[in-house]
Amino acid sequence: MSDALVTSGRRTLTPARGPDSVLPVAMDGVGYTIDGVTLLDDVSLRIRPGRLTAIMGANGAGKTLCLRLIQGLLQPTVGTLSHASGPVTLTGRRRIATVFQRPVLLRRSVAGNLRHALKTYRVPRAERAAMLTDLLDLAELRALAHRSARVLSSGEQQRLSIVRALAADPDLLLLDEPTANLDPYATRMIETLIRQAEARGVTVVLVTHDVGQARRLADDVVFLNRGRVTEQTPAGSFFDEPQTAEAAAYLAGRLLL
Amino acid sequence: MILRVLLLLTLVVLAPLAQASERFIVVQSTTSTENSGLYGWLLPQFTAESGIEVRVVAVGTGQALRNARNGDGDVLIVHARAAEDAFVADGHGVKRHDLMVNDFVIVGPGADPVGLGESPGATAALKRIADTGAKFVSRGDDSGTHKKELALWRAAGLDPTGDGGEWYRESGSGMGATLNIAIGMDAHTLTDRATWVSFGNKGDHAILVEGDPALQNPYGVILVNPEVHPGVRASDGQIFIDWLLSPTGQAAIAAFRVNGQQLFFPSAR
Amino acid sequence: MGDAIAEAFRLIAVGDAALWEIVSLSLRVSLTAVALACLIGLPLGALLAIARFPGRGALIVATNSLMGLPPVLAGLLVYLLLSRAGPLGPLELLYTPTAMIIAQTVLVTPIIVALSRQVIADMHQEYDEQLRSMGITTMGAVLTLLYDARLSLLTVALAGFGRAAAEVGAVMMVGGNINHVTRVMTTTIALETSKGNLAIAVGLGLVLMLIALTVNGALMALRGTQGVARHV
Repeated sequence: MSDALVTSGRRTLTPARGPDSVLPVAMDGVGYTIDGVTLLDDVSLRIRPGRLTAIMGANGAGKTLCLRLIQGLLQPTVGTLSHASGPVTLTGRRRIATVFQRPVLLRRSVAGNLRHALKTYRVPRAERAAMLTDLLDLAELRALAHRSARVLSSGEQQRLSIVRALAADPDLLLLDEPTANLDPYATRMIETLIRQAEARGVTVVLVTHDVGQARRLADDVVFLNRGRVTEQTPAGSFFDEPQTAEAAAYLAGRLLL
Repeated sequence: MILRVLLLLTLVVLAPLAQASERFIVVQSTTSTENSGLYGWLLPQFTAESGIEVRVVAVGTGQALRNARNGDGDVLIVHARAAEDAFVADGHGVKRHDLMVNDFVIVGPGADPVGLGESPGATAALKRIADTGAKFVSRGDDSGTHKKELALWRAAGLDPTGDGGEWYRESGSGMGATLNIAIGMDAHTLTDRATWVSFGNKGDHAILVEGDPALQNPYGVILVNPEVHPGVRASDGQIFIDWLLSPTGQAAIAAFRVNGQQLFFPSAR
Repeated sequence: MGDAIAEAFRLIAVGDAALWEIVSLSLRVSLTAVALACLIGLPLGALLAIARFPGRGALIVATNSLMGLPPVLAGLLVYLLLSRAGPLGPLELLYTPTAMIIAQTVLVTPIIVALSRQVIADMHQEYDEQLRSMGITTMGAVLTLLYDARLSLLTVALAGFGRAAAEVGAVMMVGGNINHVTRVMTTTIALETSKGNLAIAVGLGLVLMLIALTVNGALMALRGTQGVARHV
């Protein structure tokens, strides 16, 4: 399986993080069934350090569910999901951080949201001030630090959500459609932010419908169709020569049945 | 965290204790004496002489006696002779002393529609109320006044509580509340003179029956027994009782006036 | 009624010492009781909102029912506790402001628990997944939700203050309405009513309403300056 993922060589890999990194993450034959409905079926994939994986597929294909499983918010009903560092629990240092499609910002200022995250992620008190400044700069939100987070524009809220996730200093960052509903300028800022995160050694998994964005950012593509992985290839080959009819139809903007 | 909260809580709750350490006694007494303003007149004189603050809890005689039976209070000033004697006999009080006397009156609509004013005495007046079915409001709260009222009905050979008559109503409240009800209902009621004279909402009600020896209202004073209730501030309580019974205290009681009228007559022997 | 309004204005205009003594004791007792009730009730309400444990349902039903606890009953229970014949008799707390604070705390805490549980539960629904993904502890979630719900919880505290400031049965029973010691607005109103001084009683009632208005207004202003309202 991992042999199928050939390094694209498009970007220099950042060195994998410490020996206790969660990466690579492996799903083997993972299925998820709830109330008798199978939402994911026999999903196997690898998330490897330093490579941005785009998960694509039609609405309802199971993309978000994949993220929840990787984050550990849900447990697979069959199959195994393993992290290099061993089982991931919901407490302790966050090696994986998620930005949900509709991130919930606290009813506090921009800086207040980040302070809360730094505290929750148990960043030592002495380091928090420096990290706060760093994260505000990263998101280009320094001027808005004292503004209420909930009155920011969608793009600003999304940027704040991403740097809040980075406050965990994660190995793996899961982004669920971070640029849905954003204008091109806001989208470009998010993409810049994603590249900066990668430059810091964070591995990113990105769920997106934006084919152009996936082309710009992705190293690997996982294509999901109705709960099954139909393709898992380096990005270049996916976009240029989709291997399945479903992927070709998706890329061409046709309805998948 | 939880520890800190608990600590803070304890501190806040106990903080007022510190300032409550001055010298004081608690007197369980009746609404009639408190409402007339007697204590507002007497107590500053005593406190000035003794340095002891007197805190009065004014409730019905029945409740005052019950509170004192729990040891809540150092001195009792009430008006229900039989209950007072029982209180002392049961060991809760040290000794009962005669303190002062005032009297009860029957009040009703000023026009006196059933002619109570012509009746020769209190029992005759109550008989007339029962016979004519004129409205009467009873305290119904086991207070001294209520006990007195029941004794008067018994003397008249009547038991209105058992009759369940339409005309007899129990308010279950203090004297003031009962007066407000009686006035609102245009009814008669038995009240001590002190409360009536100082009452501010008389409407067109007036005293219809007074002066019958059967309407005498003697008050007693009792020190709560420190042997039964160890928390009782017995020595300061005794100082207060001694002062009340002394010529100074008795003269102060006699000097109390409402609207120029003497309401309490000293009776210490 | 005209008399009463005139009386209310006279009481305030004269600003007589007796009135301010009563008003300040009322505020001291009721605000302390509400503060204690919040200290106990807010974490409990938040815990009931987010934690799942056996007996939780029963506890919710119990606190909801206790919101209707009659003040006189609360007063009676605290009286039995603090009476010299009762278990806490040696503390000598009966007929003190402390006793009144305890009684009102008993009265207000269920309101704080029940209302804050509802507020926190609603917010928890919104925050749950985000907070869980951050690996927050239960205690951390409780604190986060309490802080973020502070606007609504202020209203909860005001509801508690309303109940505390308005009740007469409990403070009358455990305070004894002792002049200069435990006499508060409501017991004074009851006393003046029993003396037949209805105009003074209603006048005091109007003053009480005015105080409630002032407390509410002050908290609103505080809320405004903190900019809490802007955090939607």
